[in-house]
Amino acid sequence: MPRVVVDVMLKPEILDPQGQAVANALPRLGVGDVASVRIGRRIEIEFTGEPDLDRAREIADKLLANPVIEDFTVRLVEADETADARS
Amino acid sequence: MTARVGVVTFPGSLDDGDAARAVRIAGAEPVRLWHGDPDLHGVDAVVLPGGFSYGDYLRCGAIARFAPVMETIVDAARGGLPVLGICNGFQILCEAHLLPGALTRNQHLHFRNRDQVLRIESVSTAWTNTFQPGQEVLIPVKNGEGCYVADTATLDQLEAEGRVVARYVGGNPNGSQRDIAAITNAAGNVVGIMPHPEHAVEELTGPSLDGLGFFTSVLKHLVGAPA
Repeated sequence: MPRVVVDVMLKPEILDPQGQAVANALPRLGVGDVASVRIGRRIEIEFTGEPDLDRAREIADKLLANPVIEDFTVRLVEADETADARS
Repeated sequence: MTARVGVVTFPGSLDDGDAARAVRIAGAEPVRLWHGDPDLHGVDAVVLPGGFSYGDYLRCGAIARFAPVMETIVDAARGGLPVLGICNGFQILCEAHLLPGALTRNQHLHFRNRDQVLRIESVSTAWTNTFQPGQEVLIPVKNGEGCYVADTATLDQLEAEGRVVARYVGGNPNGSQRDIAAITNAAGNVVGIMPHPEHAVEELTGPSLDGLGFFTSVLKHLVGAPA
Protein backbone atom coordinates (compact mmCIF):
# COMPACT_ATOMS: atom_id res chain seq x y z
CA MET A 1 0.00 0.00 0.00
CA PRO A 2 1.45 3.42 -0.89
CA ARG A 3 2.04 5.85 1.94
CA VAL A 4 1.85 9.59 2.18
CA VAL A 5 5.11 11.27 3.10
CA VAL A 6 5.01 14.70 4.70
CA ASP A 7 8.27 16.67 4.77
CA VAL A 8 8.34 19.54 7.26
CA MET A 9 11.08 22.18 7.03
CA LEU A 10 11.66 25.42 8.92
CA LYS A 11 10.88 28.40 6.70
CA PRO A 12 14.04 29.80 5.08
CA GLU A 13 13.92 32.97 7.17
CA ILE A 14 13.74 31.06 10.48
CA LEU A 15 17.12 30.43 12.07
CA ASP A 16 17.92 26.71 12.39
CA PRO A 17 20.39 26.43 15.29
CA GLN A 18 20.38 22.61 15.06
CA GLY A 19 21.42 22.75 11.42
CA GLN A 20 24.11 25.30 12.26
CA ALA A 21 25.48 23.09 15.03
CA VAL A 22 25.72 20.18 12.58
CA ALA A 23 27.34 22.39 9.95
CA ASN A 24 29.87 23.58 12.51
CA ALA A 25 30.75 19.97 13.37
CA LEU A 26 31.52 18.98 9.77
CA PRO A 27 35.05 20.46 9.65
CA ARG A 28 35.92 18.02 12.45
CA LEU A 29 35.12 15.24 9.97
CA GLY A 30 37.44 16.85 7.50
CA VAL A 31 34.51 18.16 5.44
CA GLY A 32 35.15 21.72 4.37
CA ASP A 33 32.89 22.27 1.38
CA VAL A 34 29.43 22.41 3.02
CA ALA A 35 27.89 25.88 2.96
CA SER A 36 24.87 25.21 5.18
CA VAL A 37 22.75 22.49 6.79
CA ARG A 38 19.01 22.69 7.45
CA ILE A 39 17.24 20.05 9.55
CA GLY A 40 13.62 19.06 9.02
CA ARG A 41 11.28 16.19 9.77
CA ARG A 42 9.85 13.42 7.58
CA ILE A 43 6.55 11.84 8.57
CA GLU A 44 5.12 8.72 6.88
CA ILE A 45 1.37 8.24 7.05
CA GLU A 46 -0.42 4.99 6.24
CA PHE A 47 -4.18 5.21 5.75
CA THR A 48 -6.49 2.30 6.48
CA GLY A 49 -7.85 2.58 2.94
CA GLU A 50 -6.62 4.45 -0.12
CA PRO A 51 -4.07 7.19 0.65
CA ASP A 52 -5.81 10.56 0.84
CA LEU A 53 -3.54 13.46 -0.07
CA ASP A 54 -6.10 16.11 0.83
CA ARG A 55 -6.62 14.59 4.26
CA ALA A 56 -2.82 14.35 4.70
CA ARG A 57 -2.50 18.03 3.79
CA GLU A 58 -5.10 18.88 6.44
CA ILE A 59 -3.25 16.81 9.06
CA ALA A 60 0.01 18.51 8.13
CA ASP A 61 -1.48 22.00 8.28
CA LYS A 62 -3.26 21.48 11.60
CA LEU A 63 -0.78 19.35 13.51
CA LEU A 64 2.40 18.13 11.81
CA ALA A 65 3.67 21.59 10.84
CA ASN A 66 3.31 24.98 12.48
CA PRO A 67 2.65 27.30 9.52
CA VAL A 68 4.05 30.24 11.51
CA ILE A 69 7.57 28.83 11.30
CA GLU A 70 7.44 25.80 9.01
CA ASP A 71 6.61 24.81 5.40
CA PHE A 72 5.54 21.32 4.40
CA THR A 73 5.19 19.21 1.28
CA VAL A 74 2.95 16.17 0.83
CA ARG A 75 3.58 13.33 -1.64
CA LEU A 76 2.72 9.70 -2.31
CA VAL A 77 5.46 7.07 -2.21
CA GLU A 78 5.33 3.36 -2.91
CA ALA A 79 5.72 1.04 0.07
CA ASP A 80 9.20 -0.06 -0.99
CA GLU A 81 10.49 3.51 -0.59
CA THR A 82 9.38 3.82 3.03
CA ALA A 83 11.42 3.41 6.19
CA ASP A 84 9.84 0.01 6.99
CA ALA A 85 10.89 -1.41 3.65
CA ARG A 86 14.49 -0.29 4.11
CA SER A 87 14.91 -1.61 7.63
CA MET B 1 -15.97 35.77 47.47
CA THR B 2 -12.57 34.17 46.91
CA ALA B 3 -11.61 34.01 43.26
CA ARG B 4 -11.09 30.51 41.87
CA VAL B 5 -8.11 30.13 39.55
CA GLY B 6 -7.76 26.90 37.58
CA VAL B 7 -4.35 25.28 37.01
CA VAL B 8 -4.25 22.69 34.23
CA THR B 9 -2.24 19.49 34.53
CA PHE B 10 -1.21 17.88 31.24
CA PRO B 11 0.78 14.65 31.05
CA GLY B 12 4.29 16.04 31.51
CA SER B 13 3.37 19.27 33.30
CA LEU B 14 6.05 20.16 35.87
CA ASP B 15 5.12 23.43 37.49
CA ASP B 16 1.41 22.90 38.13
CA GLY B 17 2.08 22.45 41.87
CA ASP B 18 4.08 25.67 42.10
CA ALA B 19 1.49 27.54 40.04
CA ALA B 20 -1.30 26.38 42.36
CA ARG B 21 0.82 27.42 45.34
CA ALA B 22 1.38 30.88 43.84
CA VAL B 23 -2.37 31.25 43.33
CA ARG B 24 -2.95 30.37 46.98
CA ILE B 25 -0.24 32.75 48.26
CA ALA B 26 -1.79 35.53 46.17
CA GLY B 27 -5.05 34.98 48.03
CA ALA B 28 -7.15 32.96 45.60
CA GLU B 29 -8.38 29.39 45.61
CA PRO B 30 -6.43 27.14 43.23
CA VAL B 31 -8.57 24.62 41.34
CA ARG B 32 -6.74 21.72 39.71
CA LEU B 33 -7.97 21.05 36.17
CA TRP B 34 -7.22 17.86 34.23
CA HIS B 35 -6.25 17.85 30.54
CA GLY B 36 -8.80 15.17 29.69
CA ASP B 37 -11.76 16.94 31.32
CA PRO B 38 -13.34 19.69 29.20
CA ASP B 39 -15.18 21.07 32.27
CA LEU B 40 -13.55 24.21 33.72
CA HIS B 41 -15.52 23.76 36.97
CA GLY B 42 -16.58 27.39 37.05
CA VAL B 43 -13.12 28.91 37.50
CA ASP B 44 -12.62 32.67 37.08
CA ALA B 45 -9.21 32.40 35.39
CA VAL B 46 -6.81 29.71 34.15
CA VAL B 47 -3.05 29.15 34.39
CA LEU B 48 -1.33 26.84 31.88
CA PRO B 49 1.81 25.82 33.75
CA GLY B 50 5.35 25.05 32.61
CA GLY B 51 6.73 21.62 31.85
CA PHE B 52 6.93 19.26 28.91
CA SER B 53 3.35 18.40 28.02
CA TYR B 54 3.14 15.19 25.97
CA GLY B 55 6.93 14.94 26.15
CA ASP B 56 7.31 17.96 23.84
CA TYR B 57 6.70 15.47 21.01
CA LEU B 58 6.43 16.96 17.50
CA ARG B 59 6.71 20.57 18.75
CA CYS B 60 6.35 22.00 22.27
CA GLY B 61 2.64 22.48 22.94
CA ALA B 62 1.51 21.04 19.59
CA ILE B 63 -0.32 18.05 21.05
CA ALA B 64 -1.53 19.74 24.25
CA ARG B 65 -3.44 22.15 22.06
CA PHE B 66 -5.83 19.32 21.16
CA ALA B 67 -6.50 18.23 24.76
CA PRO B 68 -10.22 18.31 25.67
CA VAL B 69 -9.61 20.99 28.32
CA MET B 70 -7.95 23.26 25.73
CA GLU B 71 -10.99 23.31 23.47
CA THR B 72 -13.01 24.77 26.33
CA ILE B 73 -10.22 27.16 27.33
CA VAL B 74 -9.80 28.47 23.78
CA ASP B 75 -13.52 29.28 23.59
CA ALA B 76 -13.58 30.82 27.06
CA ALA B 77 -10.45 32.89 26.37
CA ARG B 78 -12.07 34.32 23.23
CA GLY B 79 -14.95 35.30 25.53
CA GLY B 80 -12.65 37.13 27.95
CA LEU B 81 -11.56 34.49 30.48
CA PRO B 82 -8.13 35.52 31.84
CA VAL B 83 -5.53 32.92 30.81
CA LEU B 84 -1.83 32.97 31.74
CA GLY B 85 0.50 30.58 29.92
CA ILE B 86 3.89 30.14 31.55
CA CYS B 87 6.79 28.61 29.58
CA ASN B 88 5.21 25.44 28.10
CA GLY B 89 1.87 27.19 28.69
CA PHE B 90 3.06 30.07 26.46
CA GLN B 91 4.03 27.53 23.79
CA ILE B 92 0.57 25.95 24.04
CA LEU B 93 -1.14 29.37 23.67
CA CYS B 94 0.84 30.02 20.49
CA GLU B 95 0.07 26.56 19.10
CA ALA B 96 -3.62 27.16 19.91
CA HIS B 97 -3.45 30.49 18.00
CA LEU B 98 -4.60 32.47 21.04
CA LEU B 99 -1.29 34.32 20.73
CA PRO B 100 0.68 35.06 17.53
CA GLY B 101 4.15 33.75 16.73
CA ALA B 102 5.96 30.68 17.98
CA LEU B 103 8.63 29.59 20.46
CA THR B 104 11.64 27.88 18.92
CA ARG B 105 14.89 26.26 20.07
CA ASN B 106 17.16 28.63 21.99
CA GLN B 107 19.57 30.12 19.47
CA HIS B 108 22.64 28.88 21.36
CA LEU B 109 21.01 25.43 21.80
CA HIS B 110 21.67 25.43 25.57
CA PHE B 111 18.97 25.01 28.20
CA ARG B 112 19.02 28.27 30.18
CA ASN B 113 18.26 28.28 33.89
CA ARG B 114 18.94 31.50 35.77
CA ASP B 115 17.35 34.42 37.59
CA GLN B 116 16.44 36.97 34.94
CA VAL B 117 15.62 40.67 35.04
CA LEU B 118 12.54 41.63 33.02
CA ARG B 119 11.06 45.02 32.23
CA ILE B 120 7.26 45.12 32.42
CA GLU B 121 6.11 47.12 29.41
CA SER B 122 2.35 46.66 29.42
CA VAL B 123 0.41 47.07 32.65
CA SER B 124 -3.03 47.07 31.05
CA THR B 125 -3.36 43.27 30.86
CA ALA B 126 -5.36 41.11 33.26
CA TRP B 127 -2.10 39.66 34.59
CA THR B 128 0.12 42.77 34.95
CA ASN B 129 -2.13 45.57 36.22
CA THR B 130 -0.43 45.77 39.65
CA PHE B 131 2.98 46.60 38.15
CA GLN B 132 4.30 50.07 37.29
CA PRO B 133 5.06 50.79 33.61
CA GLY B 134 8.77 50.09 33.03
CA GLN B 135 9.14 48.30 36.38
CA GLU B 136 12.03 45.84 36.48
CA VAL B 137 11.38 42.48 38.11
CA LEU B 138 13.58 39.46 38.88
CA ILE B 139 12.09 36.12 37.87
CA PRO B 140 13.65 32.69 37.12
CA VAL B 141 13.88 31.65 33.49
CA LYS B 142 14.35 27.97 32.56
CA ASN B 143 13.80 26.84 29.01
CA GLY B 144 15.31 25.09 26.02
CA GLU B 145 12.81 26.37 23.48
CA GLY B 146 12.08 29.92 24.52
CA CYS B 147 13.20 31.85 21.46
CA TYR B 148 10.18 33.91 20.43
CA VAL B 149 9.79 34.36 16.67
CA ALA B 150 7.16 35.99 14.48
CA ASP B 151 7.24 37.75 11.15
CA THR B 152 8.18 41.42 11.07
CA ALA B 153 4.62 42.59 10.48
CA THR B 154 3.41 40.69 13.57
CA LEU B 155 6.26 42.03 15.71
CA ASP B 156 5.55 45.59 14.54
CA GLN B 157 1.87 45.13 15.30
CA LEU B 158 2.61 43.81 18.81
CA GLU B 159 4.83 46.84 19.47
CA ALA B 160 2.37 49.33 18.00
CA GLU B 161 -0.53 47.97 20.03
CA GLY B 162 1.45 47.80 23.27
CA ARG B 163 1.15 44.02 23.39
CA VAL B 164 4.77 43.30 24.33
CA VAL B 165 4.16 42.64 28.04
CA ALA B 166 7.75 42.07 29.18
CA ARG B 167 11.27 42.15 27.73
CA TYR B 168 14.54 40.60 28.87
CA VAL B 169 16.96 43.07 30.45
CA GLY B 170 20.67 42.45 30.99
CA GLY B 171 21.07 39.73 28.41
CA ASN B 172 18.65 37.81 26.23
CA PRO B 173 18.67 34.19 27.48
CA ASN B 174 17.40 32.50 24.32
CA GLY B 175 17.66 34.79 21.29
CA SER B 176 14.03 35.93 21.35
CA GLN B 177 13.28 38.54 18.72
CA ARG B 178 13.29 42.07 20.13
CA ASP B 179 14.10 40.59 23.58
CA ILE B 180 10.45 39.55 23.99
CA ALA B 181 9.72 37.60 27.18
CA ALA B 182 5.92 37.97 27.30
CA ILE B 183 3.09 39.06 25.01
CA THR B 184 -0.68 39.46 25.22
CA ASN B 185 -3.66 39.16 22.87
CA ALA B 186 -5.54 42.22 21.63
CA ALA B 187 -8.05 42.10 24.50
CA GLY B 188 -5.35 41.79 27.18
CA ASN B 189 -6.91 38.77 28.91
CA VAL B 190 -4.50 36.17 27.49
CA VAL B 191 -0.81 36.51 28.41
CA GLY B 192 2.07 34.19 27.54
CA ILE B 193 5.34 34.51 29.44
CA MET B 194 8.49 32.42 29.08
CA PRO B 195 10.04 33.05 32.56
CA HIS B 196 8.39 31.63 35.66
CA PRO B 197 6.60 34.10 37.98
CA GLU B 198 5.28 31.18 40.06
CA HIS B 199 8.88 30.49 41.19
CA ALA B 200 9.26 34.00 42.64
CA VAL B 201 6.52 34.22 45.24
CA GLU B 202 8.31 33.30 48.49
CA GLU B 203 11.59 34.40 50.05
CA LEU B 204 12.52 30.83 50.95
CA THR B 205 12.42 29.46 47.41
CA GLY B 206 12.61 32.38 44.98
CA PRO B 207 15.03 35.17 44.10
CA SER B 208 12.33 37.78 44.79
CA LEU B 209 8.61 38.12 45.41
CA ASP B 210 8.15 39.85 42.05
CA GLY B 211 6.25 36.95 40.49
CA LEU B 212 3.38 37.39 42.90
CA GLY B 213 2.30 40.52 41.00
CA PHE B 214 1.04 38.44 38.08
CA PHE B 215 -1.31 36.51 40.35
CA THR B 216 -2.50 39.48 42.41
CA SER B 217 -3.13 41.33 39.12
CA VAL B 218 -5.67 38.79 37.97
CA LEU B 219 -7.48 39.05 41.32
CA LYS B 220 -7.63 42.82 40.92
CA HIS B 221 -8.83 42.36 37.35
CA LEU B 222 -11.59 39.98 38.47
CA VAL B 223 -12.82 42.37 41.18
CA GLY B 224 -13.06 45.14 38.61
CA ALA B 225 -14.53 42.97 35.89
CA PRO B 226 -18.25 43.02 35.23
CA ALA B 227 -19.97 39.93 36.62
